[in-house]
Amino acid sequence: MSQAQALWWASESFWRKTAIWVTAVSFVVLIFLTFDTVKQITAGSKRVPAYSVINQRIEYKFDEKRNFQAPVIGREEPLFGKKLTEQEAEALVSHGKMTTQSKNCIDCHTLLGNGSYYAPDLTKAWLDPVWGSKESREEAMVEFLMNPQLVAHNGIGRKMPNLKITEPEARAVVAFLKWMASIDTNGFPANFKSIDQADAPAAAASAAPAVQPAPAPAQQ
Amino acid sequence: MADTSRFPGSTMNGGQKLAMKYFTVAIALFGAQILFGMLAGLQYLYPDFLFGVLDFSINRMLHLNAMVVWLLFGFIGSVYWMLEDESGVPVVGLGLANLIFWIFTLAVVAVVLVFLLVQVGAGDMKSIWLITEGREYIEAPRWADIGIVVCVLAFFYNVVATFTKGRFTNIAGVLIVDLVALAGLYLAGMFYTPNISMDQHWWWWVIHLWVEATWEVLVGCLMAYGLIKTMGVRRQIVETWLYIEVALMFGSGILGLGHHYFWIGTPEYWFTIGGFFSALEPIPLVAMVVHAVFDAGHHKMKSVNHPALAWIIAQAFGNFFGAGVWGFMHTLPQINLYTHGTQWTASHGHLAFFGAYATMVIAFLYIALQKWRGNVWMGGNLEGAWKWKWAIFLLHVGMIGMVMAMLISGYEQSQIERAIEGSSWMGYFAAQGHPWFIQGMYWRSICGAVFAAGFVLLAWDLLTIGKKEARPALALQGA
Repeated sequence: MSQAQALWWASESFWRKTAIWVTAVSFVVLIFLTFDTVKQITAGSKRVPAYSVINQRIEYKFDEKRNFQAPVIGREEPLFGKKLTEQEAEALVSHGKMTTQSKNCIDCHTLLGNGSYYAPDLTKAWLDPVWGSKESREEAMVEFLMNPQLVAHNGIGRKMPNLKITEPEARAVVAFLKWMASIDTNGFPANFKSIDQADAPAAAASAAPAVQPAPAPAQQ
Repeated sequence: MADTSRFPGSTMNGGQKLAMKYFTVAIALFGAQILFGMLAGLQYLYPDFLFGVLDFSINRMLHLNAMVVWLLFGFIGSVYWMLEDESGVPVVGLGLANLIFWIFTLAVVAVVLVFLLVQVGAGDMKSIWLITEGREYIEAPRWADIGIVVCVLAFFYNVVATFTKGRFTNIAGVLIVDLVALAGLYLAGMFYTPNISMDQHWWWWVIHLWVEATWEVLVGCLMAYGLIKTMGVRRQIVETWLYIEVALMFGSGILGLGHHYFWIGTPEYWFTIGGFFSALEPIPLVAMVVHAVFDAGHHKMKSVNHPALAWIIAQAFGNFFGAGVWGFMHTLPQINLYTHGTQWTASHGHLAFFGAYATMVIAFLYIALQKWRGNVWMGGNLEGAWKWKWAIFLLHVGMIGMVMAMLISGYEQSQIERAIEGSSWMGYFAAQGHPWFIQGMYWRSICGAVFAAGFVLLAWDLLTIGKKEARPALALQGA
């Protein structure tokens, strides 16, 4: 009679084969997708711009077609007023990224939404209105990073500790944050209100809509 | 030390003696995890508490790394515990295994001391190699990473060599394949790149494919062995279930990786793939509940070891609610856009790690202690049973309380910080200062203290259970 044998779908061998096949197929699909994803997130791609993007203005604007906000690369606007080559830019961003790792930033902050929840998300920190104006932003960020414990920047008494960040490290971190703001994160964070980066009225009248690196109008 | 020759079947084999060492370190690190978690929790309420001495980032890092390591030690100990029993031959390379235990433990102590005393370094590769890698959950510096790989390889050698020499059961087969994946994946976390998208893409291979795939299957193996040992469930039944669980777990979990690829720069197709497969992830966890509860009912709850069975049942439900339900709640991109990186995630993380993994290791501790104390009675009317019962109760009340408190704070954060204020710095602090958020943080700390009390009781119980017991363990057929 052996009812157990009749139930092929409840047998060990059936489920062993199923387990092997399901795992193998899932893994192959994952590998296939990984090749494509890695290509799309390599620095210099459409979604993850080259490091030299820190030479340009980065905005975060609503995209009608995709129905969420996306980064827009604008006119030339070099970080700290100095235009860098691709290699220089990579070295600077890399120094910044390494600093965020050796100071354990991710154990208080989130980067691209991942990390810890004790301090603000840094995904679009470069564009945050908290830095005041776009003219003072770079110096304000460097100053803050070097002496964060001096600033009461919220009403709940939470402060960032002094992590002994040197000036070169602070500048590198700012470069890293500017570069990170240019990554296409599929609309995260949503509803973000950016710092005002508009040109002064006179310059705005002549400013081209985008991309064309206008022959560097004098920075204030 | 207990008298190990009280009743028949109480002689410990080499692997089991080694397992006891791993378990001892595991439970000590569990205590450390709770301590640093409580300090970090208090800093939400009193930001000046230990400011500049032991900052939140350090407490939080120790809280998480203590957890990862104590669970790993618990898993490794559990595998050594069952190795000879399951294979029928003594552990191959036991001398090496003992040496590795000491190296591993000393390395953990060294890393903890560096985290506590050095804390941060300059922004260069030296810091990455010697102080911290600064990547969440795998902050251990590079030298320690390499050490971990060496230790895991030695462990892997013990397991493979022993099973190949002795009986190669279905549990053995699944376990070995799983350990290959577990060790291999760790390598994905050992490189430096300036590209944060690339960094997080591979980082999730380690984190997700460990926690939501290979660890789950490892726990499935331990559960299978545990059910055989505590209740005498037929091997064929648990092994068939194990394969069902592997099929469902890897079938949903491998591509479920995509739910971490919504917002880190990765392409939009991950919305569909990640959303769909991660929505399936609770299914294997339902299967595990059905399996454990059905078997327990089938055997009329008659078990050799009541505390172990209680923790196994707690694992089945904890895994389902913590990993399954709490994960599902915010896994779809439409909701995750607003919950990502809030206390909502912390709520899920706490219940999932406790429910799926801590419970299983604790169940194994009780299985081990029963033999350690001389294969004594651990059924009904156990001497001093109030301790394990109150421990499991307080740990659950404390954990569920923390999870609910963080969930409420997370709701508020999703609303105010994410949806209304658009995740700006001011929006973040508007949410952090809101009474609803602060209430949640208060309740989290109160429930954390309840959890800590449960831990103290658990530790006391582990030190004493069965010591005065004069009856031998219940004998089961087939166990």
